[in-house]
Amino acid sequence: MSSDNDKLLEVKGLKTHFFTDEGVVKAVDGISFDLGKGEVLGLVGESGSGKSVSALSMLRLIPNPPGRIVAGEIHFNGRDLLRISEDEMRHIRGNEIAMIFQEPMTSLNPVLTVGRQVAEPLEVHQNATRSEALTRAVELLDQVHIADAGMRVHAYPHQFSGGMRQRAMIAMGMGCDPLLMIADEPTTALDVTVQTQLLDLLQELTRTTGMSLIIITHNLGVVARYADRVNVMYAGRIVESGPADDIYEDPRHPYTIGLMASVPQLDQDVRQRLVPIEGQPPDLSDLPGGCSFHPRCPYATDQCRGEAPELRADDGNDAHAWACWIDVRH
Amino acid sequence: MSETIASVGSLPRRRTHPAIRFATRLFREQPLGTVAAAIVLAFIVVAVLADVIAPYDYRVPDLPSRLEGPTLEHPLGADQLGRDVLSRIIQGAKVSMIVGFAAAFINVVVAIIIGSISGYFGGRVDMVVQRFVDGWMAIPGLLILLVVMSFLGRGMTNIIVVLGIAGGIGGSRLARSAVIAIKDSLYLTAARTIGVPLHRIMTHHVLPNIMAPMIILFSASVGGNILSEATLSFLGFGLPPDVPSWGGMLSGEGRKYMEIAPHLALWPGLALTIVVWGTNMFGDSLRDLLDPRMRGGGGGYL
Repeated sequence: MSSDNDKLLEVKGLKTHFFTDEGVVKAVDGISFDLGKGEVLGLVGESGSGKSVSALSMLRLIPNPPGRIVAGEIHFNGRDLLRISEDEMRHIRGNEIAMIFQEPMTSLNPVLTVGRQVAEPLEVHQNATRSEALTRAVELLDQVHIADAGMRVHAYPHQFSGGMRQRAMIAMGMGCDPLLMIADEPTTALDVTVQTQLLDLLQELTRTTGMSLIIITHNLGVVARYADRVNVMYAGRIVESGPADDIYEDPRHPYTIGLMASVPQLDQDVRQRLVPIEGQPPDLSDLPGGCSFHPRCPYATDQCRGEAPELRADDGNDAHAWACWIDVRH
Repeated sequence: MSETIASVGSLPRRRTHPAIRFATRLFREQPLGTVAAAIVLAFIVVAVLADVIAPYDYRVPDLPSRLEGPTLEHPLGADQLGRDVLSRIIQGAKVSMIVGFAAAFINVVVAIIIGSISGYFGGRVDMVVQRFVDGWMAIPGLLILLVVMSFLGRGMTNIIVVLGIAGGIGGSRLARSAVIAIKDSLYLTAARTIGVPLHRIMTHHVLPNIMAPMIILFSASVGGNILSEATLSFLGFGLPPDVPSWGGMLSGEGRKYMEIAPHLALWPGLALTIVVWGTNMFGDSLRDLLDPRMRGGGGGYL
């Protein structure tokens, strides 16, 4: 584990709930993790597992009502983000923490030029004039490898392809040299070759600038290739956490094992069938008792149905922890 | 890894003067809009230069030629006091333009303020504001105008403010629905994630996105306001009788002498019709050209 000085982000017991007419949706229900400086963390899980909500919680951008962060601490660079004023928080957004989204087609404002939008964080946080910011926007677009950046700052989002828009989003995020970038499924809407280029770009930027990166994804391949550490989320909780290699080589939680088995791998026999995880993700407003995963778990016992397991570390390996009663060896 | 991505899509054109670009596109893409633009332009020029181009002083009677049809001296004829109708129509253009544009401007400002507060904040704020707007809309517009104008008295400033606020409250629904349509869009969330303050989100992100309906509102309001002013003046609640307003001309001399001198009603009516059509049509073309999301693209508000 990294020492406290190297920690950029430390989340403790974060709970974000949504209070709807149908009941309380526990989208994030007590997650804790740290992130070191320059580290790349993968946040993995299926839709509705709380990945995006935990990211938005870190920026305190949970729509309220109906959502509210009900408990927890988020220590970022020496401050608890849940205790500072909205004004201080606004200064952190885009300045110290940047975020890019899943849908590059809709995350840029259609009626403003790309340049204006890339320049915006600089105008907002660094009091740059419009022309200074625009000059810098050209450099930023160049940095994310957009050809003819000088011309393209004047283009509108609809004149950009999906991959270029996502690059522009990254450029927008990089404007104020953030310490942390959160990429919420940054490549899901893009085709495979573009995905690789973008992830390589993000990796390159973390290496050149030293920023930390949280990649939210349901793609285990992405995680294996780019992340240093992985948190696997299920039903608002982290069920397994550890170095990417460990998780990949030696998954210990039945859910992680299930995820691995459901993804095709190049080195496997073509006739071998993929194994889906049976059942549906649980209703977050009405979670099953005990371990949330037990209804879908092939190993479930009475203990699993009765009592929720805590995240606990492996005996010989502090970094790798999982929340399961059963000792499943794959 | 430092390869650049091959160009996709067209590069934005080199920057010529925006006004020239706009005129070219208007002419090329909007033939009807070009006609409308010519009408609006002519209307504005006539209104601005009214004192210069009017052949006679609109106040001076010339009794021998009263109620005369079109002649060489009086191309559009003369009214019951022998005043030159052409000069009065030209002066009327000035009045109509000032009332129409100033009130339309207030319409849009009021509509944007009420509509974006109501739409963006939603919830209880929206509830309260909308019930007020509903209440307002339930009363016939003309009735409100008549009541307020009879309190305030006739006069140019009064009529502009009254028309501006009254129309703005109705127009706020347009602004509200436009704001609601975009308020949950990802790019506003993206703007919030980079720490853009609320006032800047409003002015830099929300406002440009609702400009299309607001331009329509402005242009539709110009025509509507000119008509309302004419209506009020027709009913005697608008401008004082000494101000040559088209509505006043229709009611005063036009109606009274309809049977012996129909031209007195014809000219102001025709002027109203043409100008109202022109402003509405021009507004439509403006929207088509300026909104980058419309076909053709390449526009821009800011």
